[in-house]
Amino acid sequence: MKTATTGALSNGRYWIAHNSGVLTAVVLFVAMFTLYISNHSAGLTPAVATTAANKAVLLALVAMAQTLPVLTRGLDLSVGMVFVMANCIASVIVVGTVGEGMLGIVAVLLIGALAGFINGAIVVWGRLQPIITTLATGAVYYGISLFVRPGPGGDVQSDIADLLTGQLFNTVPAALVVLLVVVLVVWIPYRRSVLGRAAYAVGSNEQAAYMSGVPVQKAKLLAYTLAGVLASVAGLMLTFNTYSGEASAPIAGTYTLNSIAAVVIGGTSLFGGWGSAIGSIFGAFVLRTIEDLLFVFDLPPLWQPLFQGVVLLLAVSLGAFRILRVRNRLELFS
Amino acid sequence: MFSLGVFSLAWMSALLDRKPYLELKQISKRYGGVAALTGVDFSVYPGEIQAVLGENGAGKSTLIKIASGVTDPTEGEVLIEGRPVRFRNPTEAMRAGVVCVFQELSLLPEMTVADNLSIVDPPKWLGMINAQGQRERARALLKRVGCEDVHPLELVRDLPLSRRQMVEIAKALGRNPRILILDEATSALTADDVERVYGIIRDLKKSGVGILYVSHRMREIEALADTATVFRNGRKIETFTKGERSVDAIIEMMIGREVTHQYPPKPEPSADRPVALAAANLAWGREIQDVSFNLKKGEIVGLGGLDGQGQRELLLALFGVLKGVTGTVAIDGKPIKLDGPRKAMHAPLPMALIPEDRKTEGLMLPMSVRDNMTLAALPRLAGRFGVDAEKENAAVQVMVDRLRVKTPDLLAPVSALSGGNQQKVVLAKWLMTAPGIILLNDPTRGIDVGTKQEIYRLMRELANQGAAILFYSTDYAELIGCCDRVLVVYDGKIRRELAGEALNERNLLQSALNIDASERAA
Amino acid sequence: MTGVDTGAVRGPTLAMRLGIDRSVAIAFGCILLILAGGAMYSREFLSPDYLLQQLQVGAFLGIIASGAMMVILLGHIDLSIPWVVTLGAMMATAMVGWGGSWGPWICIPFGVFCGAVIGILNGLGVAYLRLPSMIFTLGMNAVVQGLMVLHTGGFAPLDQATPAMHFIAVQRSLFGIPNAVFVWAIVGIFVIYVLKRTAFGRTVYAVGNRESAAYLSGVNTNRVLIGCFAFSGAMAAFAGVLLAGYSNKAYQNMGDAYLLPAIAAVVLGGTNILGGRGNYLGTIAGVILITLLQSILSVMQMPEAGRQVIYGCVIIGMLLIYGRGAKARS
Repeated sequence: MKTATTGALSNGRYWIAHNSGVLTAVVLFVAMFTLYISNHSAGLTPAVATTAANKAVLLALVAMAQTLPVLTRGLDLSVGMVFVMANCIASVIVVGTVGEGMLGIVAVLLIGALAGFINGAIVVWGRLQPIITTLATGAVYYGISLFVRPGPGGDVQSDIADLLTGQLFNTVPAALVVLLVVVLVVWIPYRRSVLGRAAYAVGSNEQAAYMSGVPVQKAKLLAYTLAGVLASVAGLMLTFNTYSGEASAPIAGTYTLNSIAAVVIGGTSLFGGWGSAIGSIFGAFVLRTIEDLLFVFDLPPLWQPLFQGVVLLLAVSLGAFRILRVRNRLELFS
Repeated sequence: MFSLGVFSLAWMSALLDRKPYLELKQISKRYGGVAALTGVDFSVYPGEIQAVLGENGAGKSTLIKIASGVTDPTEGEVLIEGRPVRFRNPTEAMRAGVVCVFQELSLLPEMTVADNLSIVDPPKWLGMINAQGQRERARALLKRVGCEDVHPLELVRDLPLSRRQMVEIAKALGRNPRILILDEATSALTADDVERVYGIIRDLKKSGVGILYVSHRMREIEALADTATVFRNGRKIETFTKGERSVDAIIEMMIGREVTHQYPPKPEPSADRPVALAAANLAWGREIQDVSFNLKKGEIVGLGGLDGQGQRELLLALFGVLKGVTGTVAIDGKPIKLDGPRKAMHAPLPMALIPEDRKTEGLMLPMSVRDNMTLAALPRLAGRFGVDAEKENAAVQVMVDRLRVKTPDLLAPVSALSGGNQQKVVLAKWLMTAPGIILLNDPTRGIDVGTKQEIYRLMRELANQGAAILFYSTDYAELIGCCDRVLVVYDGKIRRELAGEALNERNLLQSALNIDASERAA
Repeated sequence: MTGVDTGAVRGPTLAMRLGIDRSVAIAFGCILLILAGGAMYSREFLSPDYLLQQLQVGAFLGIIASGAMMVILLGHIDLSIPWVVTLGAMMATAMVGWGGSWGPWICIPFGVFCGAVIGILNGLGVAYLRLPSMIFTLGMNAVVQGLMVLHTGGFAPLDQATPAMHFIAVQRSLFGIPNAVFVWAIVGIFVIYVLKRTAFGRTVYAVGNRESAAYLSGVNTNRVLIGCFAFSGAMAAFAGVLLAGYSNKAYQNMGDAYLLPAIAAVVLGGTNILGGRGNYLGTIAGVILITLLQSILSVMQMPEAGRQVIYGCVIIGMLLIYGRGAKARS
């Protein structure tokens, strides 16, 4: 009995140590959100929470998508484009009756999976660098978005849209429930699967992973494919929020950039092998709350892009702390 | 020889039905133009402990890589229980029962011990990894190797090297090997752990597992092995049963016959040479502890001892690569600050470092012979309008001729050259800077005998011209043949200095191993 | 040639001297293929006037690609190009107002200087903070964007190009060849000279191949990193100045269309995205290839959507033909 308790205690101690990055992001978010709410004229009403959630969940989902390739020491510069492509396609095919809309959703998710799989296939079998691969496929996905939706517009099945962007029981923002479902249905099983762990192994040390018999190629393929799926979930949610689709390169670029920043703030290492999509969710929440804070503190709108840029640059610079630990200068070059 | 105990009975009964579990037939392996293994026949039987002996570059690691599916042989075939197999990757070798404890650790640093131990076939629950089952499995495996102090949820990167090596062994045991390959698996272990590993190996042997044991330590081999195979220059020299050959005979087999006359003559020692480099109380973490010594002009000083005792770090520290080194270094009598290679190159006596791994630290493999050779001395070759091509080519040609670098073309990529010629390019790069102090980090590793001799001659020639040379080598014979004196390093400290008559293989080996023994007693 | 055992040491072949390898040859081959295809569509494609016009358009991309190539040779990447292009244009045009009577004289150097400053900041982050260049320059792009939004919104600056900008970007003064092509040629000769003839150029390749080995050879690797990023920033800004001259004004997002083509031109020209290998001849080929491809697609009235798709596919396709990474298994 006693040993069981101490065992659980020490397990908990390790759990905290392993998740310190995520916990830091959570604490940061809670502090900032409290500050935001206490300065908001209306306080924390379901309406305020829903508005905040609807915006934040989009970036959270894209950031989750970005996390998966990053864990394998890769990168997906096309997440923003897949996100926009899903938005454009959804604005065309997620229409009609609820049943037809559901079919459309499945189709959008499959297209997202295919886009991610193509990225992964080029990286794994074509042996091209993830950066240049996803930069190029991003152009293709953007072209497809333009093809599907040359100008802003379109529609979406409104029953589903209202359900997923409104409130559950008039209190809980439905978007948060969607996010929770994605975590429970996609992230948790992935994290605990052999291939999910293989992704961490590949990011940690690809050569050692290969020598240990880890399925390196399958792990990378799955990571990119799931990234496509998650980005398309985000694209669907964007459609439900705006009731339309728009092939916008600036939106895609902003989401790609912010997703990387969210991943870093959430404690995931850009050198792979370390971190979690949960951290990225809170990293995304932190970024979004910064924007909201600028709003409630009446920062002149003109200053906002600069302020956000500086915060982003500082956030990604957090990784520089590792150089303080380096004792052998040759390690700087790895 | 053998006491007729339970162990040897089991071993002898295994011998009776002599069917090897793993067999290699006429295996050859070439990397580029260089032969790493040539026509090797080799087999491992269930329940035997077979030692694999040989110098660095004798072909041991290539043999292991082929047996464990890391690389393919260029020619020949691999058989498991008489059936030919072709491992496409290490997983297939593991499934066939061939499990290797790699010298360069195959653990994943950012993952927990439990994750690492069950990285391939974890216990599952509903298709997901069962974290608790995995922890329990880890605990059991850790207990088996006597590492109860390691928590299954600890990250591998937070473990000290000796524990990591034990985890690596535990991981191999978890795969239920039929053939277990241990490649220098005890090099970083404490004395207690070494004993425990011996125990595990004997238990495995009793249960019919065949063990391939690669080690440089003759004592270990005497204690453990039933048979031994000696390799030299990529060829199998002989397999023999324990007791058939004396230690001296084995060493002779490893070194080969051409030992005696391959070193250039040493000059008479003279006391009045000026000091080129004086180091006092150098320290850096655990790796370098209070090291003081002098290096005189015209002298070749060796760094000896077992591999990984801080010799490499000492060379890097002198070249200014390590951060936070304490102590003082004076060059030609003037104190200097250890702050990067550029500083070292412009010291009162210019320094040069021939690094440990020429492929990652010495050369840009895709770049040309010329570009590699002139990299360090380029500012000297630059005229008013940039690099003078004629002058550069002439300087490179001089070095190519002097070191007899075999290259098809000055603009051929270095990757096309053999290992020995690549090393000559590294040497040439530094000779172009006219160094007064030369630090050599195991420069003859993996190089053919002919080039080795040329490097020895070159070293002596440079010393005779007044250069001071600090020479780390893992090859004892080389230290004895080349050096005026040798500093034996153990655990970051200089334990003994050998010179003149006292500088012989026995003393060198003894001072490394004696220290080992006294540590064990402590 | 002293002895037999030295082996026969030949002089370098002509192809080696010029740096023509497989990928450069393929890129030039593709250019001929596109021209031949275009000629079948319309004879106009082979007229000198059309070709000169393509060179003029390509010059802007060529200047940006020159900077991008120096960074890619290091094994890094500069994703701050889009807004640094805009920065160069905006700072140059604004300087006309700020500089008073000096304005028209110093506006072009000032625009380039601002780009170089951003490039130096990028270099400092990559060299001393050891941050991945991709991330750091992406962040820097956002910062410059913020600065430019503030600049255009808050200070209502001048955004009209000066006659000098217009002159070097648009006009033709010698044999009917556009001045922009001469500007690109000067930049190109400078890059070739630095890469082939100077110690700095050699160290760029060395750092790109293996920074640790370069460091151990006494190369000041941080200086190399900062120098190349500064050059990349300066060239992006310079192209921005020319673009302002070309379209007569500076405006937001004017650099967005140049990031992917610049990187693509460099990579299609045979420069290894991981650094250490590549030559300027290939980049010239890549720039012309991309420019012709864009031109053909627009002449054939291909909508933007189709252009993007073809673009991405061509890049992936050509990269798959050459320049693949090494397999994990040896």
